[in-house]
Amino acid sequence: MLTYTLRRLLLAIPTLLLISLVIFLVVDLAPGSPMSEIPLTVPPEVQAKIRAALGLDAPFYVRYLLWMKQFFWTEPLYGIDNLFGTQLAGDAPRLLSYSSRAPVFRIIGERLPQTLTVIGSAYLLAIVIALPIGIYSAYRQYSWFDQIGTFISMIGFSVPTFFTGLVMILIFTVYLGWFPSIFNTSLRVTDWATFKQMLHQMTLPVVVLALYNAAEVSRYTRSSMLENLSQDYVRTARAKGMGEGTVVLKHVLRNSLIPVVTIIALGAPTIFGGAIVTEQVFKINGIGAALISAIHVNDLPVVQTIAFLTAILIVLFNLIADILYGVLDPRIRYD
Amino acid sequence: MPDGAQPVLDVRGLKTVFRTRSGEVHAVNDVSFSLQRGEVLGVVGESGSGKSVTMMSLLRLLPMPPAMIRGGEALLNGRDMLKAGPKELRAIRGGKVGFVFQDPMTSLNPVFTVGMQIMEPLRKHLGLSHDKAAARAVELLDLVGIPDARRRLGDYPHQFSGGMRQRVMIAIALACDPDVLIADEPTTALDVTIQAQILELMKDLRQKLGMAIVWITHDLGVIAGIADRVMVMYGGQVVEEAPVRDLFARPQHPYTRALLQTIPKISGPREARLKVIEGQPPILNAPPSACPFRARCEYRFDRCDAENPALRPVGAGHAVACHWQAPAAPLAAAEVSHA
Ligand SMILES: Nc1ncnc2c1ncn2[C@@H]1O[C@H](COP(=O)(O)OP(=O)(O)OP(=O)(O)O)[C@@H](O)[C@H]1O
Ligand SMILES: [Mg+2]
Repeated sequence: MLTYTLRRLLLAIPTLLLISLVIFLVVDLAPGSPMSEIPLTVPPEVQAKIRAALGLDAPFYVRYLLWMKQFFWTEPLYGIDNLFGTQLAGDAPRLLSYSSRAPVFRIIGERLPQTLTVIGSAYLLAIVIALPIGIYSAYRQYSWFDQIGTFISMIGFSVPTFFTGLVMILIFTVYLGWFPSIFNTSLRVTDWATFKQMLHQMTLPVVVLALYNAAEVSRYTRSSMLENLSQDYVRTARAKGMGEGTVVLKHVLRNSLIPVVTIIALGAPTIFGGAIVTEQVFKINGIGAALISAIHVNDLPVVQTIAFLTAILIVLFNLIADILYGVLDPRIRYD
Repeated sequence: MPDGAQPVLDVRGLKTVFRTRSGEVHAVNDVSFSLQRGEVLGVVGESGSGKSVTMMSLLRLLPMPPAMIRGGEALLNGRDMLKAGPKELRAIRGGKVGFVFQDPMTSLNPVFTVGMQIMEPLRKHLGLSHDKAAARAVELLDLVGIPDARRRLGDYPHQFSGGMRQRVMIAIALACDPDVLIADEPTTALDVTIQAQILELMKDLRQKLGMAIVWITHDLGVIAGIADRVMVMYGGQVVEEAPVRDLFARPQHPYTRALLQTIPKISGPREARLKVIEGQPPILNAPPSACPFRARCEYRFDRCDAENPALRPVGAGHAVACHWQAPAAPLAAAEVSHA
């Protein structure tokens, strides 16, 4: 298992390097330049100086290598300095945003917590809701509960989050006025009151995202449970005199969870994509919003870095899914 | 086994149907049989004749729906299992009655260790502590002939061969010292040498533990080797029942006769599959109103179409459900006359 994990980690390095190159090239070669944001009245020689200051004059491979160096070396050093108060980075140039000249990782660090609280709680909530529904639906296949659950999850799965989001806002914010329509990003949770305020403003976006993901997870859980409920070993467990609880929640569930856990792990990074939309709808100033506004102003370092971080997450969660598979299923032995 | 003693298992008038989209399937029609303490009852019949459904009905192991038990009783030591509440039923399953299924490759749970799966009924029925259950599990694996039992408790089913897995299944069924062991084609999925080993093991265990066994099989050779009494099923009914010697010497039902003729004579493959009998098995979409075997029977006459024959005694412990009276001649003579 350990050697397998290490081997997979090593294999991930060339994959990620290739992805980084592709991301860099695509973003870099895309039409539009950061200079287009500069008013035309600025004299050409000043424009040239700005270009030089942004490093835009260097050939692309120099800029790519610099980006890589900053991503994997300089910025982690700054991170360590920040955490432990050391001075490892010295005054190496940081990876800066073109438009705000702030370090890209500081921007990300400011935006990420909003995204993580909303997405993280939505995903957890989705799993907590979806598992029992999926299990019970399968156990009572074709019952009322199952039929209604299947219907709702089909809707939840097929209606996009921006639509459910807008409908929710219309109902709960515009008509009923129960929830705020704007997410207060600067709110810091320091005491009970601010915590309640946070919960309050998180409710709608979390519910919208959770519904969508719960629909998916419960469908997987249901079909995986159904597949296992008809297996011979279930009859064996019953023939041994095990109670229905043990049969379903131990024997069947333990087998059914293998693919479900994999789906959950694989789905974790992709919900960042859904979050971009949800953040727009609910005006949450998270990482998705940062990405969108960076795209608007051609802030290449921010776009490239966020895209690459997402790619790293996907590769990482793929690895986690594989490892979990091996942990949960004794028939799978790596190495 | 003394006659007149209370049988350990007494099944009367069992009826099981499946409700399907295309109507009801009458899989078990009025099946009655009994099992004495320590007796081995062989159950034979072609595929689809209702052997498995009959036995699984007893412990209500069929998926319900679609299955439904329409009637009958199944007395285990005088108490009707079909009327037992959920708790009593669970105590019977794996406690008083052990079940070994046909396919050892899929009958064990792949994600739990073999030890855990043997210990589960021990802890549940006998209330043993973890350590005591583990010790007993080692004994059981020893008993069914798995070497190095203590170490193998922690192994998963996929680390065992088919024959070994069937031994594990037998160990699970025997765990709580059952009164009745139901073995549903326990050797069919195994290759011939392993089949022989399992058969020897069961004979040996029966000697040691003295439980009654119901052994379902396609293989009349196996029946001859292990059974005291035989029950022949056809179309969800018992068509003949006899002590094993009597059945081989004086088969009464045309179906039984045909079955016996399909056994290869001396060596040859032991695989005496019953498909050789010509014609189709009956369609079970209604309760039988005529003899189920009539379409394939060479002795068919008017009465066979009008009336489903009931079991009638034809000798000591020998009964047959057939309107036709077999001549007293042994099978060899019958063979000649049909040739
Ligand atoms: N779930 C089900 N739904 C409908 N019919 C069923 C179902 N299970 C079994 N049957 C029917 O019940 C009848 C008896 O089946 P059973 O499994 O008892 O046969 P068997 O004698 O054990 O055959 P085999 O030797 O192949 O195991 C068959 O006609 C079969 O089609
Ligand atoms: Mg069967």
